[in-house]
Amino acid sequence: MFEFCADPKAIEDLKWLSCYLTTPKHAAMYYSILTVLALLAAAVPPILFLGFVGALARRSGFAPFRWIGLGYTSIVRGVPDIVFFLFFPIALDQAVEVLRHKVKCPEVVAPIYQGNDFVVCQAAKMPLGPSPQWVHEAWGFTLAVITFAIVFGAFTANTLHGALAAVPKGQLETARAFGMTERQTFWRIHMPQMWVYALPGLSNLWMILIKATPLLFLLGIKDIVYWAKELGGMKTQAYAYPHPDWRIWYFGALLVFYLLLTWISQRVFDRVFARASRGMAVAK
Amino acid sequence: MSCAESFSAYAFRSVGFGERLLPKTDITLCDQIILIGSGMMWNVYFAVVAILFGFVFATALAFARVNGPAYLRLPADFFVFVFRGSPLFIQFFFAYELFVQLPRVGIEIPLGFATLTASTSWLTKAWLGATVVLFLNTSAYSAEIFTGALKSIPRGDIEAADAFGMAGFKKFRRIVFPTMLRLAWPSYSNEAIFLFHSTALVFFSGFPAWRREADGLYYASYFAEATFNPFVPYPIIAVYFVFFTLLIVGFFGLVSKRLNRHMAEPPKVKFRLGSMLTR
Repeated sequence: MFEFCADPKAIEDLKWLSCYLTTPKHAAMYYSILTVLALLAAAVPPILFLGFVGALARRSGFAPFRWIGLGYTSIVRGVPDIVFFLFFPIALDQAVEVLRHKVKCPEVVAPIYQGNDFVVCQAAKMPLGPSPQWVHEAWGFTLAVITFAIVFGAFTANTLHGALAAVPKGQLETARAFGMTERQTFWRIHMPQMWVYALPGLSNLWMILIKATPLLFLLGIKDIVYWAKELGGMKTQAYAYPHPDWRIWYFGALLVFYLLLTWISQRVFDRVFARASRGMAVAK
Repeated sequence: MSCAESFSAYAFRSVGFGERLLPKTDITLCDQIILIGSGMMWNVYFAVVAILFGFVFATALAFARVNGPAYLRLPADFFVFVFRGSPLFIQFFFAYELFVQLPRVGIEIPLGFATLTASTSWLTKAWLGATVVLFLNTSAYSAEIFTGALKSIPRGDIEAADAFGMAGFKKFRRIVFPTMLRLAWPSYSNEAIFLFHSTALVFFSGFPAWRREADGLYYASYFAEATFNPFVPYPIIAVYFVFFTLLIVGFFGLVSKRLNRHMAEPPKVKFRLGSMLTR
């Protein structure tokens, strides 16, 4: 990046460090911070959507919906999220490939699960073998977003369910007394008031979500954990920038990064709470 | 291989007894259930040790934060901030790298009849290193819960204790501590469940699985890779986790009953802003 970086072995100290921290590989690491933030941004809408659907299912008047909602939230909460992070990407990948196999290669009759092998025809591979690298990465990222949505959707459903139940009964009775229909009561009275009760739980979930993002590493995505491992490992003299095992510094930096992220979030949420609970008669 | 054979080969594989090699071909359902179950011993071990020690440390932390002098309060606040603000996954990585850097010295522990040499290299092994991280982590989360509970002990209770002439340790043991526990218990049982679930992270972070002796999830993912079929091992481990989660819920429910036995009626869980302290 800088001109004096041409021969990294000849420079030292601060100059060396400034060159070292601006290598293309380090740039890739800084870029992967964006991956984390992109995942957070991409995951929130589907999480809220699933959470909403789950919460409504649990309140539904139709019993089977209630059972599905309850089953969904309890199973996901009863099992560690990391199990889902290992399970869903493979499972979704296989499900998609089986479907494509059925559609694109109907002539193949051999079973897909052959002993310890999973065999689909070449045309059914997802993504296709020769497609460029970014398609593979985008597919991996999509699977990650879906997995996060499924897991955190269940937690959100639970929070929203609690919040919907926490809205004072009198409010709803008043709405009904004014002649509002079920639908009007829900959208005009119940929903807007629910958010105040849901906020503490949702902010808590946001924190958990932030702290779950390093699990991307397990999904084979080149996130900051991957780069910290990669760049921090010992580099011999064969490399342009030889250094001993520095992983502890890299992971220390990640620790600080996440502390900052959660700290900033907490400050923002404190503001939002203060705003949202204006005029509410809630014990604090 | 019959089920009995897989049992004798793999039931204690995760702690180093039985067959040395993991099943490679002809993996039966029994193999999967037994080996994953064997791995669950690690999860239970991690959780039990971390929660037992964490409970004591968290209580101390909470008191330091609420009643302690500044030189105790500030470090305690900082400790809780660091461990609650960063992902456990990163904490594992960081701690492992830290433990690896420690000088390889032994600490002699005289036991009277013999001397035990505790080596710092034990910290790089999961059984001790990961337990230490989990212990510190759960201490921080529990301390936050206990702090909240301590702050919401009804003033009248404390004043009544004072009026009865209770002070010091007696007041703590009879009034403050039981009330704190009673108030904190619902959140604390959540924390115990979360901690138990976090034990699955150990062998996917920095800590290596020595001789492939590892927890249930390690074996589950091994089977998923070996058979290319995630639909068997992961549901198995899910069932194990749900089972142990229900055990935790049951146990904490019993304790909760005992803590609340003097209350006139079962406490109604009322929704309060800021009362949902979980992870």
